[in-house]
Amino acid sequence: MITFDGVTKRYADGTVAVDDLSLEVPTGAITVFVGPSGCGKTTSLRMINRMIDPSQGRVLLDGKDVTTVDPATLRRGIGYVIQQAGLFPHRRIVDNVATVPLLLGWDKKKARDRAMELLERVGLDPKMARRYPFQLSGGQQQRVGVARALAADPPVLLMDEPFSAVDPIVRASLQEELLRLQSELHKTIVFVTHDIDEAVKLGDTVAVLRVGGKLAQIAAPADLLSGPADDFVREFLGRDRGIRRLGFVPAKDLALDPAPEGVTPEGHGTFNPARDSLRAALDAALLSPDGLAVAVDDDGRVLGVVGQAALVGAARG
Amino acid sequence: MDEPLVRWDWIARNWDNGGPTSVKVLLENHIVMAFVPVVAGLLIAIPLGLACARYRWLYQPTVGIMNVVYSLPSLALFSILLSVTGLTQTTVIIPLTLFSLAVLIPAVVDGMRSVPDHVRQSAVAMGFQPYRRLVSVELPIAVPVVLAGLRVAAVSSISLVSVGALIGQGGLGYLFIDGWQRQFYTPIVVGIVLVVALALVADLVIIAAQRLLTPWARRRA
Repeated sequence: MITFDGVTKRYADGTVAVDDLSLEVPTGAITVFVGPSGCGKTTSLRMINRMIDPSQGRVLLDGKDVTTVDPATLRRGIGYVIQQAGLFPHRRIVDNVATVPLLLGWDKKKARDRAMELLERVGLDPKMARRYPFQLSGGQQQRVGVARALAADPPVLLMDEPFSAVDPIVRASLQEELLRLQSELHKTIVFVTHDIDEAVKLGDTVAVLRVGGKLAQIAAPADLLSGPADDFVREFLGRDRGIRRLGFVPAKDLALDPAPEGVTPEGHGTFNPARDSLRAALDAALLSPDGLAVAVDDDGRVLGVVGQAALVGAARG
Repeated sequence: MDEPLVRWDWIARNWDNGGPTSVKVLLENHIVMAFVPVVAGLLIAIPLGLACARYRWLYQPTVGIMNVVYSLPSLALFSILLSVTGLTQTTVIIPLTLFSLAVLIPAVVDGMRSVPDHVRQSAVAMGFQPYRRLVSVELPIAVPVVLAGLRVAAVSSISLVSVGALIGQGGLGYLFIDGWQRQFYTPIVVGIVLVVALALVADLVIIAAQRLLTPWARRRA
């Protein structure tokens, strides 16, 4: 667990980047710091691995004040991924990934084997291993960045806008990949972004920060969308938060009507109550000419239908 | 019938005649007096350049001083040094070393500045100590820019050595004075051809070193 205990960062010119921040980052979950530029989200992140030290307050990693730990030692135990991946241009991909294990004194063979294993894990062709960073696309470089951060198997991963510089399609696939990896690895991840959609998609917990480095609200994504603490958070979440919140409500509790004669998945929007959210069910209903969303199981068998009125009722909760 | 531009028999007789002014000896001296300043310059420029990259306030004064030195006529420097080092190769090597610094210090500084900030940051975040970060991340990434500066320094050093002939230590430069005094063109042509060839070879050697050392810097064309 990472604890921010009354943390303030004030620079010599008087600028306050982070103002009395107190929050907890739970172990094994993704916590997102989100907010507009100037809200201190990156500064807060960097106080965890001592790239920046606080002016006041403490940052605790598993109960221990990080400023009492030697910076290099601390950092080798914390994975770090940044926007342009920060790969070493003069090292081959495999050696980039093996960086931290080698700093920790592993022998070369073991470090390389580990690097190859990780390349595979993040979905990269082993043939890429011998290449140099400039020979990879932005999305591939970012995967290498994630593999490199994971190489020494650190319990904590810091990610500073890692997917901001790639196009939306690649970004979506990198996000999916991160969630898939996290479901296997259960790291304690602190993820910084300015994109609220990314925050609610990835975060188990979302901390919204406002300009001046003050915490506006910290909550699970669904709670954030249904109950913003103030106007700033409401505005930052955007207009369609009602619809977006439905993405966090499972569709499994919907009451299904028997399918009328002749209603088939063809020509209708469908959803799978076992897996999908209320948002997917509503979307299915809106796509069907008769307004009926067709519920299907994993094998595509029709389970029943639900109408728009019933969906809106369910959405009101 | 006029004298031909190049008299091959002169070259054959004087290439290796055993004397101090045989072309072979002059060429060897020329290589030493051009090569030593560039190597010495690089060894001095790396720490000075690193200091200038680290402490920004040092950079402008350093470049200013180096540019003033660079603007001094080489002959004037030779004359000053004559009283200290006499009619030796050292008298030529010292000013040429100073001249090479005017190119090499900015090259080292630019090289360090060519290290992308996100790369430096990620090295810090991965737990590199400052010295190791310098040696295994920053310096290797600076190599292409430093070598580009080294090419300029090497070629200009090879060309400048000739001026030393005026104090009797100019390598191939002797051939220019000799040819001019005797109104005999063969030594002058030989001197020019060898100086240019030497510059080309030095340049190609550095380019080859660059290809070998920095395969990662080759962009897809």
